Amino acid sequence: MDNQMINKSLAELSVGLQSGKFSSVELTQFYLDRIASHDSELNAFITVTAEQALATAKTADEKIASGSASGLTGIPLAHKDIFCTDGVKTSAGSKMLDNFIAPYNATVVEKLKSISMPMLGKTNMDEFAMGSSNENSYYGAVKNPWDLDRVPGGSSGGSAAAVAAKLAPIATGTDTGGSIRQPASLTGITGIKPTYGRVSRFGMIAYASSLDQGGVFASSAADSALLLEAMSGFDAKDSTSVDIPVPDFSTTLNDSLKGLKIGLPKEYFEEGLNSEVAKVIEAAIEEYKKLGAEIVEVSLPNTHLAIPAYYVIAPAEASSNLSRFDGVRYGYRCEDPVDLTDMYMRSRGDAFGREVKRRIMTGTYALSAGYYDAYYLKAQKIRRLISEDFQKVFEKVDVIMGPVAPETAFKIGEKSDDPISMYLSDIYTIALNLAGLPGMSVPAGFANNMPVGLQIIGNAFTEGKMLNVAHQYQQATDWHKQTPSKYAVSEGEK
Amino acid sequence: MSLTPEEVKKIAFLARLAIKEESIEQYSEDLSGILHLVDQMDAANVEDIEPMAHPQDAMQRLRKDEVTEINQREKLMENAPATENGLFLVPKVLD
Repeated sequence: MDNQMINKSLAELSVGLQSGKFSSVELTQFYLDRIASHDSELNAFITVTAEQALATAKTADEKIASGSASGLTGIPLAHKDIFCTDGVKTSAGSKMLDNFIAPYNATVVEKLKSISMPMLGKTNMDEFAMGSSNENSYYGAVKNPWDLDRVPGGSSGGSAAAVAAKLAPIATGTDTGGSIRQPASLTGITGIKPTYGRVSRFGMIAYASSLDQGGVFASSAADSALLLEAMSGFDAKDSTSVDIPVPDFSTTLNDSLKGLKIGLPKEYFEEGLNSEVAKVIEAAIEEYKKLGAEIVEVSLPNTHLAIPAYYVIAPAEASSNLSRFDGVRYGYRCEDPVDLTDMYMRSRGDAFGREVKRRIMTGTYALSAGYYDAYYLKAQKIRRLISEDFQKVFEKVDVIMGPVAPETAFKIGEKSDDPISMYLSDIYTIALNLAGLPGMSVPAGFANNMPVGLQIIGNAFTEGKMLNVAHQYQQATDWHKQTPSKYAVSEGEK
Repeated sequence: MSLTPEEVKKIAFLARLAIKEESIEQYSEDLSGILHLVDQMDAANVEDIEPMAHPQDAMQRLRKDEVTEINQREKLMENAPATENGLFLVPKVLD
């Protein structure tokens, strides 16, 4: 199998499969070999499911031969280890679930399995999706393929590193406060977090249920459009799934951007933003002007309240969601418990990491008697202010743009002892989750030799427009085609 | 808002988390830092603002009270740390 495979789009891979140029078994084995060669240094995967992947690939080849395949059939992918996969360990990056074999498939997994996309494996992540660096994993830190001394971002750091190093053509992730967009930005790939309710949360291990949303890591907006469409849609098994039709995101990718109104929130360009990162974002905005877009300065005046409100709402929901880990029905149980309380306390105390404990305790405190109004209720009111800010801006513009993160990837260990400084790195991503809006990260250049992502924010259920906006930029630039040299295959090379 | 080591112990118990004695001080510092960050909410005027619990302000969807899941008792119990005769085993609750 030709090494050029890693430079092909999903559409090109699909044509190759359908025309019989190569089989899904060959393509899947090719990626399994890349994982075997490179993952020991990246640590992007917690579990590699070679046998299952090849079995699905065989089914895919049969479907292709019999003409019953869809466009994505036979294309392998990686799932974040937060999605339940029937018969396969699903750890959520935690010692708590190190022995957990999921007894069913998440809806996302089921949908992609039903069209025979082979699952290469389950990717590394911050424990229970709590983190912005992937250093909070029980399975160790993931390395950034652009610089192995740096973090890939988090919490979906494994999926981001896998796609950036071309160990998988595409991968799933989840985003509660930036966990798709920030790692996509830090590893130089395309990531999309859709509107809350677009992708089913069934079988996605819960962190903060009113914020969690599944999405995609890909090499381009066009690839993202294909997978997002396949994994989206109403699901009766998710009580907050929204019942509206999923458009064909690919058909609008080539729409012209003439007259597109882009809002630039002044709060996203104030102090705290690294000046080199700012230059990259400004250059991207210039490119959009060339494409015919109009720039409008806007304001999101409550931006500074997003992180404080998030660190009440998310921990409160987490403290409730993670109460299910009690050592009784699944997961870790401590040795020789003397009574029930001892079993709960030591099982949870031994198996949860430090960041998870911090958030559970913060949430427990915020919800405890006498503090509910001052913390949780107040945070929910601020949540509405933040949402209203966005709605006012969307009366005037089609999309909002800005940086994804205030700086490029930091060194492993640099912030791990300072939770607050880590939290502040999510300043530009968190507000969207509070408002339930979709957001993307699109590679826009480099600052100090590390990738920078441009954030595209849309109104609810306008993923088609956002993907169009990202795709047009990717037609005019080639930042999304950059691959770290160690993992790249240049044109003409076999 | 700061949390004393005593308060941390109380919260850890409410959350059923065993915390080693030597780590209490660090948690007290970390949680106080988080609450300090959260206190920035005080600057906001939220009088007459409706709390927002769900991004689309959607109501809980209802469904018919029908059986939709098949019985997978054995499969589901395979992940349990201790079972006997189709039941979860826990330490003695009553003397």
